[in-house]
Amino acid sequence: MSKSVIVENLTKNYIKKEAVKNISFEISENEILGLLGPNGCGKTTTIAMMLGLLKPTYGNVFINGKNIENNRISLLHKMNFISPYIELPKKLTVKENLIVYGKLYGVKKIQERIKYLTEKLRLEDFLDRKTGELSSGQKNRVSLAKALINDPNILFLDEPTASLDPETGNFVRSFIEQITKEKSMSILLASHNMDEVKRLCGNVLMMKDGLIIDKGTPNELIKKHGKNNLEEVFLKLNKIKNEH
Amino acid sequence: MSINRIFGLFLRHFFLIKGSLPRILDLIYWPTIQIILWGFISKFFSTYSDYYNNTVGVILTCAILYDFLFRSSISFNMLFLEEIWSRNFTNLFIAPLKISEIITSLVATALIRTLIGLVPAILITSPLFGISILELGMPLFFLFLSLYIFGITLGLFVSSGLLRYGPAFENIAWSSLFLLAPLGCIYYPIEILPEIFQNIARGLPLVYIFEEARSILVTNEVNYDNIKNAFMLNSLYLFLGIFLFYYSFAQARKKGSLINIGE
Repeated sequence: MSKSVIVENLTKNYIKKEAVKNISFEISENEILGLLGPNGCGKTTTIAMMLGLLKPTYGNVFINGKNIENNRISLLHKMNFISPYIELPKKLTVKENLIVYGKLYGVKKIQERIKYLTEKLRLEDFLDRKTGELSSGQKNRVSLAKALINDPNILFLDEPTASLDPETGNFVRSFIEQITKEKSMSILLASHNMDEVKRLCGNVLMMKDGLIIDKGTPNELIKKHGKNNLEEVFLKLNKIKNEH
Repeated sequence: MSINRIFGLFLRHFFLIKGSLPRILDLIYWPTIQIILWGFISKFFSTYSDYYNNTVGVILTCAILYDFLFRSSISFNMLFLEEIWSRNFTNLFIAPLKISEIITSLVATALIRTLIGLVPAILITSPLFGISILELGMPLFFLFLSLYIFGITLGLFVSSGLLRYGPAFENIAWSSLFLLAPLGCIYYPIEILPEIFQNIARGLPLVYIFEEARSILVTNEVNYDNIKNAFMLNSLYLFLGIFLFYYSFAQARKKGSLINIGE
């Protein structure tokens, strides 16, 4: 399978901290790659470098064969990102936000795209409401719609179900499964929800202190570490590292 | 540059203003109050002092011009601050927007915001004080354009700071114009300033713009040298402002401030 994303020796040093230390990995077409690790381990920094938001100290990120550093604007047309730490303008209605981002991403038939996403993500009831007035579950679905407005080939999902009730969380997970079946897409999923990672991801990277400390399929990792589930693997790996 | 993307960013702010009556009133309220206040102050001076002959026209016109500069700059800064306050900053910078498109869109949007605020204020000066800024004639266009370029340039300087240092730079955004106002010689000739400040003030386009406005109103003569000087200085500062904005964006990408700005 061809590689949509290639990360080579990616490193980010700040004055007082090495945030990401020489990591390399790949994401294939139609693959959901999980990125697991405790808070502050370098997940967001890695994603920011992959999105061209942050300049790496060393290393390269290739998206569809092109280096993001030299082709940031053209590559961003087919990439998108969702995170609970960034929001859409609260005073704009859902529809207005989608129109704005449709324009920014150069979407040709914006109204058709909004209609499609409205149906898929069940936005009908609050399409004309201000985004700031929505519940966290509704906001999450709107953020997903924004992240899909440009029909991306590469999608970065940073804790996409954080703070959602189980029903909405399940809806979002099912939706992610569904869109990857309908369209060839490479997804990097950073999450603290181990069941979610096991359900959605073909492969998983375990990060700690800016390093990738293990990788494999969820089942391989569980078997390799002699544990019952991914959460126990996560706890074991962090414990080992902390003891060292 | 893509007109579509420039329009998209314009729409983001258009929707924001359109959907909020308090925002529209806020845009109109302060310039109107400012103009009314200066109108009455200058009317008082003209009534009780021979020295301030034609003072209503001079002071009020200069107040309107200064407010235009102030609103242009603040509007530009506000557009940037809105993104920080709404935590939308990262979304914008992961969209395929070129820096030149961001600047162009903000320049156009800031002009519209400024005009929404200032046009009603200008309209009330005629019935209230018998003054029309249009008395300045054709040079008025050049004065407005020059002020607008300088306002945008200041906006670029402040936005560069916001880009690099985040919301901590917000206070500078508000105070930048107050710092320059005394040196801009808005209501008085440059000779009033101590010599050392005169030298600094001559490096600002404001001195030439307001000198010219006063000169036209008092002597009815247009000195295009002042307008030319203002445009030359404006070109220099605008170039510096654009350079600084690009540099700050590069630094923000290096230091990571685009990721967590607004948090």
